[in-house]
Amino acid sequence: MTIRLKKNPVDIIFSSITAIASVSVLLLILGILYVLILESYPSIEKFGFLRFITSTDWNPVKGSFGAATNLFGTAITTVLSILIAVPVAIGIAIFVTEIAPNFLKGPIGAAIELLAAIPSIIYGMWGLFTLAPIMANYIEPALQKSIGSLPLVGVLFEGTPMGIDLLTASVILSIMIIPFTASISRDAFNLTPAVIKESAYALGATKREVVKDIVIPYSKVGVFGGVVLSLGRALGETMAVAFVLGNNHQITKSLFDAAATITVTLANEFTEADTDIYLSSLFYLALLLFVMSFIILALAKFFILKTEKGIKQ
Amino acid sequence: MNDNNVKIEVKRLHFYYSCGTQALEDISLSVHKNTVTALIGPSGCGKTTFLRCFNRMHDLYPGNRYEGEIWIDKKNILEKDIDHIGLRSKIGMVFQKPTPFPMSIFENIAFGLKLMGIKKKTEIADRVEKALKDAALWEEIGDKLGNFALSLSGGQQQRLCIARAIAVEPEVILMDEPCSALDPIATAKIEDLISELTKRYTVVIVTHNMQQAARVSEYTGFFMMGKLIEFDTTQKIFTAPSNKMTEDYITGRFG
Repeated sequence: MTIRLKKNPVDIIFSSITAIASVSVLLLILGILYVLILESYPSIEKFGFLRFITSTDWNPVKGSFGAATNLFGTAITTVLSILIAVPVAIGIAIFVTEIAPNFLKGPIGAAIELLAAIPSIIYGMWGLFTLAPIMANYIEPALQKSIGSLPLVGVLFEGTPMGIDLLTASVILSIMIIPFTASISRDAFNLTPAVIKESAYALGATKREVVKDIVIPYSKVGVFGGVVLSLGRALGETMAVAFVLGNNHQITKSLFDAAATITVTLANEFTEADTDIYLSSLFYLALLLFVMSFIILALAKFFILKTEKGIKQ
Repeated sequence: MNDNNVKIEVKRLHFYYSCGTQALEDISLSVHKNTVTALIGPSGCGKTTFLRCFNRMHDLYPGNRYEGEIWIDKKNILEKDIDHIGLRSKIGMVFQKPTPFPMSIFENIAFGLKLMGIKKKTEIADRVEKALKDAALWEEIGDKLGNFALSLSGGQQQRLCIARAIAVEPEVILMDEPCSALDPIATAKIEDLISELTKRYTVVIVTHNMQQAARVSEYTGFFMMGKLIEFDTTQKIFTAPSNKMTEDYITGRFG
């Protein structure tokens, strides 16, 4: 028997190529971060951090910039879309994993994945030409008449329903993130060991009780990870929102007002940025978005990993 | 045989999995009240499939099909309109590996009680305590009911699952190789417990371990290739089997 001491050169080349490919991703991320910091530096220097994120002033003429209106728009559309999407997505996931008969599981799963495959600009166009008029003519007036007259929350539904506003943008966003949330929740539900479910059934539990008491507790951390991941997607989504949000640098009370998110501002204003500080401030916004997305993604990974570990134990 | 002593009567049972394979062929036997009936046989012989017919577990997966009759107390449970949920609350089951739910020890046992619709906290607490005592667990873990069930040892987890099954006071307890994942000491404890259980329950146990069948059961059925080769008192099966195949299996010549 001969023992090979040296590695085969082909093996070395192969492992080197895979290593280079992997490391280049890391370098790319660092490179992007470096450029963002470099480009936004003049703005960071001029406005600082706290002043930049709290100032609602976005005035290219005066050269005075603050991110608060963009952060506001991003936060409202993201949170609202999550609130709409999560219950629907979890409902879909429960139906597909536990309730649907076998012949329906495939088609529904495929339909959800197709929904995820539609380019976001198409959602935007559909939103502008179909959803916005529906919202303006039917849904928003109805909301105004019903919830709009209540104290406290009524203020959210004031103003003329135009259809180009925070609410419509959130609805579009929610439709876009439902597939992600649903498929991650479905995967998390599927991790529940069959024998644990059988034990519950063997005690006389119904499907509803098994879902409520076994499947959801088993997978809640994973589902939460999926929600956070969707949050990250909603945060960074641009085209779908750009069509139906208007571009209005204001912090408004009503959901029927136009607003601006970080992404929409970036998409709309890069071509107009005629001064250095304007351009630098846009980069500063992009840097904020980058960091926020990064934190959210890291959180999501953490939760998903935790579920998988928990189930293995 | 005295008919009053029969708890379960299986008549000409056939079972087909959704893929089309016939897993059980023409099985007929009687399970006697307050006894342990052991089902033995080589892997894939259909003994677990047979066990899972008694609580209609196969119905969780579409396409599986039964033929024949299983009578439990004058009711044919293979009838179409049978209430699975009601049936399963009368037929407890313990699985091969311990299957504690991801909740506290107390909640694990209270789970079935709550499913039954018991709401009174004192009653639930009483019955949890009783179940744990019956499962010989109270002395070991009575003071840590709030602990996460998965923190228990494997043997304790399995006894917890037995406690969970008996808390709802079923009439029959099905056990699918309940000791296969346990060490000899934990196994001995469970075997003692099984003998104790027959005072109030009828037990059907699937086991790979022939000594176990000989130790705990009054009746034994030997399965092979989906057929019931021989069914008799355990003493007869292990000392003077009437079928050559049973004798070969018992003496370890195959399987």
